[in-house]
Amino acid sequence: MYDPEPSSGRRVAWPSNGISEVPFRTYTDQDTYVREQERIFKGDTWHYLCLEAELTAAGDFVSTTVGEVSVLVTRDAERTVNAFVNRCIHRGNLLCMGRQGNVKKFSCMYHGWTYDLTGQLTGVAFEQGVQGKGGMAPEFRKEEHRLQKLRVEVLGGIVFGTFSDKVAGLEDWLGADVVRGLTRVMNRAPTLLGRNTQILPNNWKLYIENVKDTYHASILHLFLTTFKINKLNMPGGIFINPDGGNHYSFAKLDYEAETAAYKDEGIRAESDFRLQDRSVVESVDEYGDGVSVQILTVFPGMVLQQVRNTIAVRVIRPRGVDRTELEWIHLGFEDDDEEMTERRLRQGNLIGPAGYVAMEDGFIGGFVQRALQYNDEGAGVVMMGGHEAESQTFKASESAIRGFWKHYRALMGE
Amino acid sequence: MTDRDEQAVRIGVQELSGLYAEIIDEDRLEEWPDLFVDPCRYQIISHSNHEAGMRQGVMYAATRGMLLDRVFTLRQANLYEPHRYRHVVGPYRFKSIERDTAIVHTHFIVARIMHSGETTLFATGRYLDDIDISGPDYKFRERIVVIDSDQIDTLLAIPI
Ligand code: FES
Ligand SMILES: [Fe+2]
Repeated sequence: MYDPEPSSGRRVAWPSNGISEVPFRTYTDQDTYVREQERIFKGDTWHYLCLEAELTAAGDFVSTTVGEVSVLVTRDAERTVNAFVNRCIHRGNLLCMGRQGNVKKFSCMYHGWTYDLTGQLTGVAFEQGVQGKGGMAPEFRKEEHRLQKLRVEVLGGIVFGTFSDKVAGLEDWLGADVVRGLTRVMNRAPTLLGRNTQILPNNWKLYIENVKDTYHASILHLFLTTFKINKLNMPGGIFINPDGGNHYSFAKLDYEAETAAYKDEGIRAESDFRLQDRSVVESVDEYGDGVSVQILTVFPGMVLQQVRNTIAVRVIRPRGVDRTELEWIHLGFEDDDEEMTERRLRQGNLIGPAGYVAMEDGFIGGFVQRALQYNDEGAGVVMMGGHEAESQTFKASESAIRGFWKHYRALMGE
Repeated sequence: MTDRDEQAVRIGVQELSGLYAEIIDEDRLEEWPDLFVDPCRYQIISHSNHEAGMRQGVMYAATRGMLLDRVFTLRQANLYEPHRYRHVVGPYRFKSIERDTAIVHTHFIVARIMHSGETTLFATGRYLDDIDISGPDYKFRERIVVIDSDQIDTLLAIPI
């Protein structure tokens, strides 16, 4: 395992064994960033790779990344899903440049080595030399070489992968609560409505913390209070797995009362601000359980959200200590009719890079990063709702953030 | 349609497109919804989503009400670091001109100027327009803003 000597002598120092104070240097330190790639992204964690629906036919592939590492996901002739590192074993060239497609095999453009859909090396150009001269060293056996493999599991139509041989199976690792939350949302065949990528000028951890932060929503996102969007929300709760890093929070809504209230408002003009067109929030209880918001995270960098009728996966990809790619993968379901699709698209204004209740999350991490520039001594305070990372029945809490740090510190050995 | 009429339509369409850019760049967004008929279709969508036939974009309005709400929230209910745009629009490609309708594809680039003065190339792409030319004031029935890149720097607050 990678274990660099601290090069600068200013290694991140945690104030205590606790998780309710987070050293600011964790967001700015280059050595920490390098260690995270090894210990977290290539460590004992499961990562979003793609949707199973993107790999319908044999030969379908998707190119993605786990942390900074380029990974290919394929469906082979036996219909098994495989994942392997997108790096030719010969001289390390990027094997496949395409984002997605269908192939019979992968051929490296540099010297023509070929691999099958499971990542096994199948061909070496001029292996026997030319006219009996040259060629591969006699002890080299193609059969003994393959692209570095990831373990793969599929849950709720989502393909997950891990570099780790020893991490528990996906469901055990997620924990029963989070499995329940994930399969609740992904309870039927999903369809891809589209993707958007946001470039965030901040450390990746500032974004995942923001997602787990139920405290800021009604304060930072003025849209919610201006239009009294969630005034008929009912109490929800937070579930956190024992390791701490996987969680979901939810809130319920009295959908019928909300519809009635809107109708009512149309008749008696209130002095409050009103939306001219309510279709951006007009929602249906598609799961039949009254839950209107469910935010689920999978450590370290995946989010599955249901915000009313918007369903999306968000993937957080570190791209340097102060740069993050946030991909939004917007979903519908195969049983959606045109009315439902249009509803999802209109509510889509709530989320994404231009989202009425998401726009602020795009810059707030960058503001923190800016404030920390050469000013990163000390620690942030994460004490709303106490010092532990337990499941809770109220949302004015930072317990899910503490859960992240609990899991993080265990993996980082800090 | 005579050549003369067609020439008038070309000039009218360019006027509308120029007015659109001026309204946004000079921060007169309250006038922006007036450039559309009701119902309408305004959408910002990435080239790759659009090419793949996927419908999810970044910003979407199907009615005048939705356009008004976008402007209102921009002013009152969203927070973002102050910035403005500068559009450069053209060339224009007139795909078809009929009695009531002009179909026009127009290239654009948009620079973003932060309040600090930092100026960056924010977006490039094409407007795919369906324009109602039946009245004296031309209006958009549909303006699909196809942005070339999937990547949006930080956030997208102001319409493109
Ligand atoms: S680097 Fe791939 S074949 Fe040489
Ligand atoms: Fe938020």
